[in-house]
Amino acid sequence: MTSLSWVLNLRRLILLAVLLCCWEFASRFILDKTQATLLPPPTGVLAGAVELAMSGELWKHIRDSLRREFIAFCYASVAIPLGVMMGCFKWINEQVDPIIEILRPIPPIAWIPLSILWFGVGNTQNQFIIFLGIFFPILLNTIDAVKNVEPNLIRAARCLGANHWSVITRVILRAALPQVVTGIRIGLGVGWMALVAAELVGANSGLGFLINDARTVLRTDFILDGMIAIGLIGLIIDRIIRIAARKLMPWSRALNS
Amino acid sequence: MSALSVKNVSKIFPALNNKNQSVQALQDVSLEVNENEFVSILGHSGCGKTTLLNLIAGFESPTSGSIFCAEKAVKDPGADRSMVFQDYALFPWLTVRDNIAFGLHLKRINSASIEQSVMHFANLVGLSAFVDSYPHQLSGGMRQRVSIARALAVNPTVLLMDEPFAALDAQNRSMMQQEMIRILAEESKTVVLVTHSIEESINLSDVIVVLTRRPGRVKAVIRVPEPRKMIEDTPSYLEIRKKIRALINDEHDISDTV
Repeated sequence: MTSLSWVLNLRRLILLAVLLCCWEFASRFILDKTQATLLPPPTGVLAGAVELAMSGELWKHIRDSLRREFIAFCYASVAIPLGVMMGCFKWINEQVDPIIEILRPIPPIAWIPLSILWFGVGNTQNQFIIFLGIFFPILLNTIDAVKNVEPNLIRAARCLGANHWSVITRVILRAALPQVVTGIRIGLGVGWMALVAAELVGANSGLGFLINDARTVLRTDFILDGMIAIGLIGLIIDRIIRIAARKLMPWSRALNS
Repeated sequence: MSALSVKNVSKIFPALNNKNQSVQALQDVSLEVNENEFVSILGHSGCGKTTLLNLIAGFESPTSGSIFCAEKAVKDPGADRSMVFQDYALFPWLTVRDNIAFGLHLKRINSASIEQSVMHFANLVGLSAFVDSYPHQLSGGMRQRVSIARALAVNPTVLLMDEPFAALDAQNRSMMQQEMIRILAEESKTVVLVTHSIEESINLSDVIVVLTRRPGRVKAVIRVPEPRKMIEDTPSYLEIRKKIRALINDEHDISDTV
């Protein structure tokens, strides 16, 4: 990137900077003390962030949230082989599809009350909710990807000597991969949202717990810090997967465009 | 010995629902292809020529009749009948090298001889400098060369080609036809080519099979006097082209009056 395009990129942040200044000004000079407690100025939020980071509190909650997301993702990745089988074999699809269609429209959050009764407050319950958030986007995208594999690619493999099993492992899995990765991206995003919801009510740690806990002691700066952390980490996870996908699948136009 | 023999093959596509009728694509087609012979199947679009090729490849099975490849009945697709597709059908996630090696990996050949084979065929189609490229980095003509190398690498009894040059522009098309002649001079092969271009079939074939309109039947089998040495605008070239064109136009008139 040249220095000029850097400057041009900074230009995009003008409005944001102005709004932050207005916020700072309003919070310090317009709002009365009670109101200012409810909306601390950006500098106050920053100070809160420094405090949280220095005490190690922030990192602990981030670590717990990320660990839950990761473990849930490991379980949810079973959606990939299931989706491949559903896409490849009609009779499996026939049996499993009705179950999926019933469960899919239920938002993960709607499972929270039941899951608290089943698993109690803590990791297992959180992971279960995140699992539900990640599982369906991966499954649906995998099924779709497998069904949409270019038929001539399968024919080409067959006439080069591939049997049905080789077609699945060497063609279908590979051709479906870009869209499976898209499913993972969407899934991790949905899972991240579900995670925060689950932690709000059913956890003793994590970013969702952090912001809810801060509410009880009226630390609005901590609430805002937690919210920003949730947003930033969601963004970073998405970016990492995008960049990794581009590096690992340079041939995939769907992701490059 | 005939490399490929098609015996009284008919193909009827059943009606998909109550609204449309079943379609007879091919009717009683018989065909003998000798070893190292280049046979073109020529006809209007929708005459069932691609269906015939799909039946030979084993992608579909005939409603009646049978197909033998080197005396063996065709039931499934197999590497003895590899195909070159109009849309290339290259694996986009594999480099040129791995595309050419695809069929060889399936045969569980050791990697040294695979590499040797890959370089041989990459050389043959003039792409040895591009073995590490991905298909999307190549032009249409180059992609089709990869596809030809990939199909030849498994050493098929019959090489099947489904309108392989139809997606290329005119200049590339005639260049690829010349390339095909050169490749076949180096690597003799039995080839069945489906095309709608009279010129292409004259340039490349030993034998041209003209199909009728739907349902496809064999209308005429024409031997090219000097296979792959026909020079455009010479009397013998013009004569055979006139003959084929007459066969095809005659067909046109019949279908127009029906």
